[in-house]
Amino acid sequence: MSLGKSLFQRIDGVIIMLYIFLVAIGLLAVFSVEHRSTDVTIFMANKNYMKQFIWFGYSLGLGLLILLTDSKLFASTAILGYTIGIVVLILTIFIGVDVKGSHSWLGIGSFRFQPGEVCKIFTALALAKFLSLPETNFKTLKDRLIGVAIALGPAVIVLLQNETGLALVYFCFLLVMYREGLPNAVLVVGFSLIALVLGTLLIERKILFIVLTLLAVLIGFLFKSILRRDLTAKILLVGTWLFCILFSQLAVPMAFKHGLKQHQIDRIYSMLGKEVPVEYNKNAEEGDEHKTNSSEYNVLQSKIAIGSGGFWGKGFLNGTSTKNQFVPEQNTDFIFTAIAEQFGFIGSLVLIGIYVSLMLRIVFVAERQRSVFTRIYAYCVASILFFHFAVNISMTIGLAPVIGITLPFLSYGGSSLLSFSVLIFILVRLDADRNSMIR
Amino acid sequence: MSSAANPRHYIIRLIFIGVASIVLLRLFFLQNFESKYKVMANDIAIYKKVVYPPRGVIYDRNGKVMLSNTVIYDLMVTPHNIKGLDTMAFCNAMGLDRAGFLKIMKLISIRNIDVRQSTFMEQLSPEQTARFQENAFMFTGFELVERNIREYKNETAGIVLGYIAEVSPEMLKIPRYASYRQGDYTGRSGLELQYEEALRGQRGVHFLERDKFNRPRDPYKGGALDSQEVSGKSLELYLDADLQSYAEKLMANKVGSVVAIDPQTGGILAMVSSPCYDPNLLRGRDRAKNYSNLYREATRPLFNRATQAMYPPGSTIKPMTGLVALSVGAITPSFGLGCYGSYNYCSRAIACEHKDAGHAANFRVALAHSCNSYFCHIFRLTIDYKSFASVKAGLQAWHDYYYRFGYGHPTGIDLPFEKGGGLPDSTYYNKLYRGSWNSCTVVFVGMGQGEILLTPLQMANGMCIIANKGYYYTPHFVKSIGKNFNDPLLKKYHEKQVVLHIPDSTFSVVQQAMQDVVESGTAAGAKIDGITVCAKTGTAENKAIVNGEVVKMANHSMFVAFAPRENPRIAIAVAVENSGFGATWAAPIASLLMEKYLKDSVTYKRKAVEEKMEKAHLINKYVYSIDSAIRQHDARVYDARMLKRHIADSSKRAQDSVMAVRWMNQHFK
Repeated sequence: MSLGKSLFQRIDGVIIMLYIFLVAIGLLAVFSVEHRSTDVTIFMANKNYMKQFIWFGYSLGLGLLILLTDSKLFASTAILGYTIGIVVLILTIFIGVDVKGSHSWLGIGSFRFQPGEVCKIFTALALAKFLSLPETNFKTLKDRLIGVAIALGPAVIVLLQNETGLALVYFCFLLVMYREGLPNAVLVVGFSLIALVLGTLLIERKILFIVLTLLAVLIGFLFKSILRRDLTAKILLVGTWLFCILFSQLAVPMAFKHGLKQHQIDRIYSMLGKEVPVEYNKNAEEGDEHKTNSSEYNVLQSKIAIGSGGFWGKGFLNGTSTKNQFVPEQNTDFIFTAIAEQFGFIGSLVLIGIYVSLMLRIVFVAERQRSVFTRIYAYCVASILFFHFAVNISMTIGLAPVIGITLPFLSYGGSSLLSFSVLIFILVRLDADRNSMIR
Repeated sequence: MSSAANPRHYIIRLIFIGVASIVLLRLFFLQNFESKYKVMANDIAIYKKVVYPPRGVIYDRNGKVMLSNTVIYDLMVTPHNIKGLDTMAFCNAMGLDRAGFLKIMKLISIRNIDVRQSTFMEQLSPEQTARFQENAFMFTGFELVERNIREYKNETAGIVLGYIAEVSPEMLKIPRYASYRQGDYTGRSGLELQYEEALRGQRGVHFLERDKFNRPRDPYKGGALDSQEVSGKSLELYLDADLQSYAEKLMANKVGSVVAIDPQTGGILAMVSSPCYDPNLLRGRDRAKNYSNLYREATRPLFNRATQAMYPPGSTIKPMTGLVALSVGAITPSFGLGCYGSYNYCSRAIACEHKDAGHAANFRVALAHSCNSYFCHIFRLTIDYKSFASVKAGLQAWHDYYYRFGYGHPTGIDLPFEKGGGLPDSTYYNKLYRGSWNSCTVVFVGMGQGEILLTPLQMANGMCIIANKGYYYTPHFVKSIGKNFNDPLLKKYHEKQVVLHIPDSTFSVVQQAMQDVVESGTAAGAKIDGITVCAKTGTAENKAIVNGEVVKMANHSMFVAFAPRENPRIAIAVAVENSGFGATWAAPIASLLMEKYLKDSVTYKRKAVEEKMEKAHLINKYVYSIDSAIRQHDARVYDARMLKRHIADSSKRAQDSVMAVRWMNQHFK
């Protein structure tokens, strides 16, 4: 581990290799979606797989550029980049192009990109920078709040742009902060919250009220000795109960009735496999006929494609659903279906294996750092990848609601591929200097 | 915080692996155990395209095409692809007005999504096709699609060739149509129906993948599962197209029929059921409309009189009566009878056309003059003949002869829905007269009246038997199927049908007498120069039931013949309904047809006869009133049956409700 090694000897080959694997699989998948048996040549400039190939070229170019920069650059410009990112995000609300009702896209000439996508990088860098500052003490509430604010600030703006899926991605930074010292309670509270949300959606409101109250009484009965002695515990119990009741009886109905759009409600309920309750059905109130919602159709087509793939798959370019465009948005959000249909369970297994390997490798890389900045940044990268990967595949098989989240490196789309590549290459660049400095 | 002090990276790794495992587990079940998705994937993406091969062509005996296929066009539209359509020009080209255009487009938009192709107009006329093709470049989004339909080359032989139409839901329940699907075409009458299996060929099934707009794309699995279509086989007929159209011309404006058979093969040379219809009416987009028009015609052109109409044969049966009498030995050819205008042996007088003495001096003369008395008498002599135990045994023996002549049962011609005629036997009379009857009771049968009823086909077939001296081949149209003479479908037509043994000498006597009919008897108008014609006229009394009353109608003009006697090449039967004497109408028509067939043309001196026959209009006015009376009767019968059924149903319902009430009372009181 001498500093004498050249830069290219110091970069992490495993990450680069897994990265190239994934992009290559993505190109194959996009090719299989776009290819028609009537095509004379595979080199057709108007096809998306060719565009994706060119984007891959740009990504590699940019990656090389990143590798050639000084690794100190990223830490020193983190706050500046984050500020610019926030400004651009806010600007986008006003000057953004309207795409399917969301104002999250910026158009420069014919080129369009989502600042919210790129801003993940800046947020990751800024969070790493803040948490690695010597004066930051992450055990204090103030610094924890600042950390959460840095992570979720962009999310709020993206939410205002009407791009819920993208906003949710920013919640993955909570995982990073957990690693850096947020109490265990974060995880417990997080999972409890998810349970509470699901319960609110699935269980009748009155029954839920009774169940929650009974649960509170039961806990109170079990821990009555502690409660008798400790006032804080009493307040905590009553407070939690009160929060749960308020959340389920007031907040969620309010959010459904006034906050969320109809298509979001539809998606949430279609994921749960339930009819949208009449009280949340805004279209019905307006007197329109309630249509079979489109996300239900998407998920069905997606499941048909995946399910019909079987164990071994139908073979490359032989997927009937893929070839004949039955799966909507198959190039982007549902690209996984192309792999699952054509290569079956085996293909899915290999793909998920590569993803998990990449994420675990990044965690491994993170843990070998002496630089806190690099470690936190690496965790950010892993968390972002994890969130995208888990939610995207879950939504194609009906385990999560259909929110427009891409599958990293596979989904067609320039800004997505480019931003994920930059994430990876910055990590590789920082990791290459792991022995040279202590920050 | 070094990694050694902080175990949380393990928890994070665990979360990564845990979530991935949950996803994999779900995938494992989804991809390996939920087979419904495979079924659904095939359902949505695989399209079974049925390819219809061209139907078989039908040729006449000289290789002339009678029925083939032609291409017509359907106009299809894909509304999504319409760009800058000049509606005015389009409507002009297609002969539509704007309102009509919009109406069709609206219907299409309701039925189908706009990226899918829909039928705009079916079966364009040639003018519409031409105008569309000229301007096709202006009408993007519209497209012509080929379709095969049948094409009758002449306007003749509609009743023989038949027609095709979509298979009906009732037919689909029959095993024969097991392989058909709603919307398939199938023969519905005539040869089209009889030889459906040969003509139809074999459908091809191509599996195609389709995209989400239901547009067919690539072959599924490279076409490995496809089956290739096989063209329908052709039919080569015995029918002579020229003779057929000549016969139809002669039978114009008459109700009746003509059947001409080649006695040596049983092949049918012409078959007319007049009035005829133009078979081209029963194809294309107006088929249903034309069909119901034809169906409503009082003269019933869709009814094949040649095989389905049952006439009393009248005097045309007399050669057969003589044949049987001679054969059983009841008379000798020299047997004579003194007839003075009526037959008085049976306590009632049966009129005879002739009064002069000696017109029934022997068999030859009697047949030539068609003496009713003579043939009534020899029929009685036959069934009362001493070698039979009783008149019942005698009649049964006579019945057996006739049965073997092809009477009283369908001959087995290769046309569907053939009728068998009527042939009384002893059982029938025993039932009718409660056992007490004798030869006088049934005497009219001897002169071809009463219970005996024949189709024109059976009459012509009878002539074949006499011409061949004792055998016939089952009459049939098809000589070969796809040039194959030994097709299994034709096997039964190659079997010689031999009648009960009658010596050749007896046939010679009858032939000689029939020759006399033409040369010195009732059918002098049937003479053909240079050809020995054997014939028999007939004037059949007939009755119709009108409004429940039996009404005597004008006589049918009947004629049977074969020629030449030495080497018979044509046997013919002609029936002209309610037009008078056999010699007046049926005989000249038959004679002209025989001459046409045997000599290829009709001699100049007979042009006058020809013209007279062609121009004669012999459809009686009362045909229309009788028809409407019959239809009203049918309607009444139908209504009565429906009413009866309704009453039966309602009484059943009443019973059920009574039962229900009783049951309720028993259990819940």
